Amino acid sequence: MSVLLQTEPNNNALIAPTSLESQPVQMRAGGGLGAYLRKVRAIADKDMRAEIRAKEVFSTMTVFSVLAVIIFGMAFDLRVAFPTTVVPGVLWAVILFTGVLGLNRSFGAEVDRGSLAALLLAPVDRSAIYFGKLLANLFFLLATECITLPAILVIFNVNIFQTWILLSLLLGTIGYVTVGTLFAALSASVRARESMLPILLLPVMLPVFMAGTKITGLVLDGRGLNEIQRWLGILVAYDLIFIVVAFLVFDLIWEEI
Amino acid sequence: MSTTTLSQRPLVRTKGWDRAQLVVNLLTAAAMAALMWASLLYAKDAANLAGVEQTAQRIFYIHIGCNVGAVLAFLISLVGSIAYLITRKLDWDRVTQASIEVGTICALGTTLSGSLWAKPTWNTYWTWDPRLTSITITLLIYIAYLLFRNGIDNRQTRARFGSIYALIAFLSVPLTYFSARWFRSIHPVIVNGSNPDAQGGFGVGETMGHTLIVATIAFSLLFCSLMFQRWRQLRLEDRIEEIREEIE
Repeated sequence: MSVLLQTEPNNNALIAPTSLESQPVQMRAGGGLGAYLRKVRAIADKDMRAEIRAKEVFSTMTVFSVLAVIIFGMAFDLRVAFPTTVVPGVLWAVILFTGVLGLNRSFGAEVDRGSLAALLLAPVDRSAIYFGKLLANLFFLLATECITLPAILVIFNVNIFQTWILLSLLLGTIGYVTVGTLFAALSASVRARESMLPILLLPVMLPVFMAGTKITGLVLDGRGLNEIQRWLGILVAYDLIFIVVAFLVFDLIWEEI
Repeated sequence: MSTTTLSQRPLVRTKGWDRAQLVVNLLTAAAMAALMWASLLYAKDAANLAGVEQTAQRIFYIHIGCNVGAVLAFLISLVGSIAYLITRKLDWDRVTQASIEVGTICALGTTLSGSLWAKPTWNTYWTWDPRLTSITITLLIYIAYLLFRNGIDNRQTRARFGSIYALIAFLSVPLTYFSARWFRSIHPVIVNGSNPDAQGGFGVGETMGHTLIVATIAFSLLFCSLMFQRWRQLRLEDRIEEIREEIE
């Protein structure tokens, strides 16, 4: 009886003013594209807020990427006369290896905190969770690149702040986190997760890596847009194909917890 | 009474499969023997090659054969993973796993035989050619798939995650191929097509053509027999696991 007495007013208070009970249904089914995008943003906001408070992803990624640039700089300093010949490879290799660090935390942190089930119980479509996570990862990786690029400029004395390189970085990063977020979700609950993700991810990233290094190299060599075009095409095709496939497949990942 | 039926039932049930397996195995052995004869004795030397290159050219038949196995594995595992995701029958997952395990060996054979052949012909073990790149990346994806599966305990989850990974990873292989094709290429295109920059190419004569057909058939059979064997083994493994769980 006492339990009933205690819960009854609470229930009324919840249902009457905010009508929480009807909201989940509404959130899942209706609302159209605008509501869907709001849910995606809510998930992305959650990740960014957690990051601002915990400061574990962005800081490790930037420190690692700067360290990697310095190590590459030392490695090539003695033998390479013209840094422009190695900078494209260095840039994209550093981004690939740095990205894995952030992607590992994307779902790994949820598993460690035990909040994955809660996230999946959220009354949103699974694909909204995926796109929210993707946006957060994209933001972290782009922010890291804002530190990596100046580091490369300083260490190698090569100006990579050029329109087509920056565009290829944006497209490549989108493709990277598209597949990366999906694989991070797959490997989150697997044994040896941290070492598994790069093994799964890097072979699949090869088209992005090849296109990225090629575009960077061509721009540094001062070639025209007509040579860069087809590589930009590969990046765009990669992004589109994998966004669609990930959207279709992501629902299948968590069927039971 | 009950003990005798228990001990007899598996024998009766597997007899048909055993016979099929035996037939495939014998056919494979015969085809491989024919291939050895054809590739070493029957096929004539390539007309436009000389010295070491001419001898090394006979790696071709093993090289192409292994490649047939790797491509078959690629296609079968793609079909297997899509079929598993649609039907959710573990048999399809076993098809994917068996074909990838055999495909790993075939892809390794292609890469190694290709490297050995490339040294006398191109004067390098390795080049970033589209075919080399895509077969090696496929090999890495096969290995990643097998490692990934090892890390998952639940049988259904293992099948589902493996299928999702195989599906997505294989989608990237054509893109890798085209990217590498634009990167650079010196690999000769033997069938249907020409590459003006190709080095070490040769015309396929009549006897060589015959041997090539024998190689394709023999290695397809080898692939089928190994895969069939492995598939049955995986079925038995799962069966043992089920029975063990029932007992506990």
